[in-house]
Amino acid sequence: MVSSSANSEARAYRNASPGLRFFLAAVLCLSLMYLDHRGTYLEEIRAYVGGAMYPLQVAIDSPAAGVRWMRENFALRERLIGENTALRRESLIASAELQRMAALRAENTRFRALLDSKSRVPDRVVVGEILAIDMDPLRHRVILNKGGRDGAHVGQALLDAGGVVGQITRDRGDSAEALLVTDPDHAVPVEVVRNGLRTIAMGTGDLERLSLPFMTRNADIKAGDLLVTSGLGGAFPAGYPVGTVTKVDGSSGDAFLEVAATPAASLDRLREVLLVFQQPGPAAGDAALADVPTPETAAVPPGSQE
Amino acid sequence: MKAPLWPVWLLMLLALAAELLPLPIAVQPLRPAWTTMAVIYWSLMWPGRFGVWSALVVGLFIDVAHGSLLGQHALSLSIVTYLVLKLHLQMRVFPLWQLTLSVIALMFLELFVLLWIDGATGRAEFGPGRWGPVLAASFFWPVMMAGMDRLRERLERRDSSFN
Repeated sequence: MVSSSANSEARAYRNASPGLRFFLAAVLCLSLMYLDHRGTYLEEIRAYVGGAMYPLQVAIDSPAAGVRWMRENFALRERLIGENTALRRESLIASAELQRMAALRAENTRFRALLDSKSRVPDRVVVGEILAIDMDPLRHRVILNKGGRDGAHVGQALLDAGGVVGQITRDRGDSAEALLVTDPDHAVPVEVVRNGLRTIAMGTGDLERLSLPFMTRNADIKAGDLLVTSGLGGAFPAGYPVGTVTKVDGSSGDAFLEVAATPAASLDRLREVLLVFQQPGPAAGDAALADVPTPETAAVPPGSQE
Repeated sequence: MKAPLWPVWLLMLLALAAELLPLPIAVQPLRPAWTTMAVIYWSLMWPGRFGVWSALVVGLFIDVAHGSLLGQHALSLSIVTYLVLKLHLQMRVFPLWQLTLSVIALMFLELFVLLWIDGATGRAEFGPGRWGPVLAASFFWPVMMAGMDRLRERLERRDSSFN
């Protein structure tokens, strides 16, 4: 294994003084980490390096994209026809529902006008694609093919057909980094559809599970309850499904219930997501006010939300 | 004529790509730590050309790719590289099994540096997502070593300054 190269290599190595280099490198790394942890000074550097890596990420994604392309291009005719029929049927049902929704929405707007509260405007969405890339195995992060140049911005909510997926955490120009709702660092304000009970759903690091750690023992919540975004906090638009409660466990002696939920979005086979553009309110403060529950959603048992 | 450096960086890029390649969730924890292996290999074999600064750059790219704290992997890889540079003359004469064991030891050291930084910034997890890559790497090290040795010897034969 040792070749005659060892001599010249050893000479080169002695000239290099690795101790000093290591010291400088360690100081540099420590200060980088301090700056990154304490503030957002390094987002620019991150964006540049991330932008430089985007071609690599696209290249890694390309086999998956190629397989998808093949599947689309070499599909059997019958399968395509079958799929087409199914989609057409689905679209028919969806548009029928939409018609009913349109009447309901008009009614809702009228009621809201009567109550003198702001009407909710529909949100505008853009479709983004998730690159097939595994990032840190301990965190749930993804790379989107839409970034600041397509209008995406940090804090923007992501949805799929089932419900809330996550939010954008870093903008890299042509691409963006997003955090999924199941990441241990993620929390989303939710409410129970059945009774308007408000709480916070936190990620657990498990793609199939959310946890609701702040439910008091007398809180009215049970397995099967649907959770939707409450719109409080302003990051997520109100009314999109987040998950379904699967387990309510009050057996431990704690002051809080152990409540688990499964996410509504299919996070494990995610490909396309919707980036939601909330219609800008007159001001940030007003936008938050618009989401203060109106009398019909405020039917929360007192003391059950603290 | 000097042996070219670009194969080193091309392989480094491939290692980085292998760390990002999508895998089924079940086998994700067993993805070998390719970049760490590559960094150890090159600092062991070409210590005059692949040193602490190179490891730092590789680490920064990993940090951005994983979205971890900027400097976390850079620091852990710099430490590993520094130790390899200090020990490379001893390590090179080890038989393969001893070399593999010392590489495992170095990778565990890197693991602990990463964990300490995680702990200092608020969240330390010692799940299979952390130690799985080291375990897998210990199986892949001899194979990778055999392949890389071939390439390296071919490069060195082109380089008159090595003899």
